Order: sequence, then C-alpha cells, then structure tokens
Amino acid sequence: MNARRINWPIWAGFLLSLIAFLSYFFVFVRFPVTRDFPWANLLLFALAAALLLVGVRRTLATDRSHDPSSTLGVDRPHPTGSKIVAAILATLSVAIFGFFIFATFIIARRLPTSHSAPQISQKAPDFTLSDTNGKSVSLSELLASPVNGNAPKGVLLVFYRGYW
Amino acid sequence: MAKFEEVGIRPVTISVDIPEVSRDLREKAGYTFTFLSDPKAEVIRRYDLLHAGAGTDGQDIARPAEFLLDSAGTVRWVNLTENYWVRARPEQILEVAKTLR
Repeated sequence: MNARRINWPIWAGFLLSLIAFLSYFFVFVRFPVTRDFPWANLLLFALAAALLLVGVRRTLATDRSHDPSSTLGVDRPHPTGSKIVAAILATLSVAIFGFFIFATFIIARRLPTSHSAPQISQKAPDFTLSDTNGKSVSLSELLASPVNGNAPKGVLLVFYRGYW
Repeated sequence: MAKFEEVGIRPVTISVDIPEVSRDLREKAGYTFTFLSDPKAEVIRRYDLLHAGAGTDGQDIARPAEFLLDSAGTVRWVNLTENYWVRARPEQILEVAKTLR
C-alpha cells in the first residue's frame, strides 16, 4: 500500500464549495428565484459537505487499515500527509461556507432603516439632478414630459448602490 | 424596463455615480430611460436612503429602494429591501402600475 491514492471526494468537495460560493454572485443572483433565497447554493454546499464527509471518512479508514494497532500521534508518513490535506481542505470548505452565509445573510442585511423615506400616499420631494448628458432634470419635469407620446401615468424611481 | 414605458410609467434611476459612469452602464445595458447622478448624495439623503460608508472605499451610497409615483408625484408603492441582493421584481411593480390612471 505504498501508492498514495488521491482522495478525490475531498478535492471534489472543496471544489464544489468554491463553486457553491462563487456561483451565487456570478450566476444565481441574476435570477430572482435563486437570488431572493440562495437555495441553489445551499444545495451545492450540502453536496460539498457530503463529499467532504466521505473524503474525511476515507482518510480515517486508510489510516486504520495501514496500522490497525496504532493510535493517534504515531508517525505514519503517507496517511498523516493525506490526513493533513483532508483536514485543510475540509476546514477551508467550512470557512467558505461560513463566509457565504455571512455575505448573503448578514452583511447584505446591514442596511439603514430609512424611517423618514417617503411613504405611501406621501408626496415625493422634488429634486433636480444631472442626467447622463450632464443636463439638469427635475422630478416635476419627469412627471410631466410625455412617455410614448402620452402624459406619463407615473414615475418609477429606482435608487441603486451604483458602481462608483 | 421597456414594459414600464408601454404602460405609461417612466423609469428613472438615481445613484451616486457620476454621469460618465452612468452613461457607460446605460449604454452597455442598452437602456433608454433616464439615469440621474447624485454624487453628493443630496437627494439620497433627502429621501433618507443614505447607506453611509457602504461603498468599496467607504463612500456614502444609496441603499437600494424603489418608489412608484403617480402623475401627481404621490408615492403609490414603495420597496425598501432588507437585503441588498434582493430587489423588487418588475412584475410586482407592473401589477401596481396598472392601477394608476
């Protein structure tokens, strides 16, 4: 048993947790169904966890088969090495999962309360700002100038974070 | 977004981006509606939507928010998300837009 077999479930689990993390921000955030609650990503994380579990069990199993009588702390070059790799990858995966939860459930919810924002049936305060051509535009103008040739029925104001 | 104009609603966006940044975004995305720049966050502050220090370099930016105003400028629908990844869906707003005359 000299050949060091690659513990593929550990690597696959680690890779999958990376994918589970990144796919939210690059793919799933584009679709409201997977964006509003990141169930697709949590599912991927669950799969990754299963793979990691299989991988970790595998390291422990090879360990025992190498030297059944041995206990922890005894020097066994190969299994110990793979054990360390497994431990590192599993820990990293857990950290990635933790960071994902932190980014999507905690940081993203740290928003101001906006108690004095205009409420339903209140008048929206007028303002004047520059458009993309540097031209000054006021809300009252936006409410009055035609949309598709007719007087507008309303204006949808969308405030966004921007790209700075 | 063109759907809003079809039902007579004018979409307007506001952010702290300077006009040049908004222009790039608008052109790349192929949008035709108005993008407004509020680099000093004056209007954002007046609407109590300031998210202080939340920009990548600690700038003050706007929290995401959507307001549907009728032709008199009265708020008829508002969405202040609790999670900045989660925004209003166009269908929700179009549903309300249909009730405006």
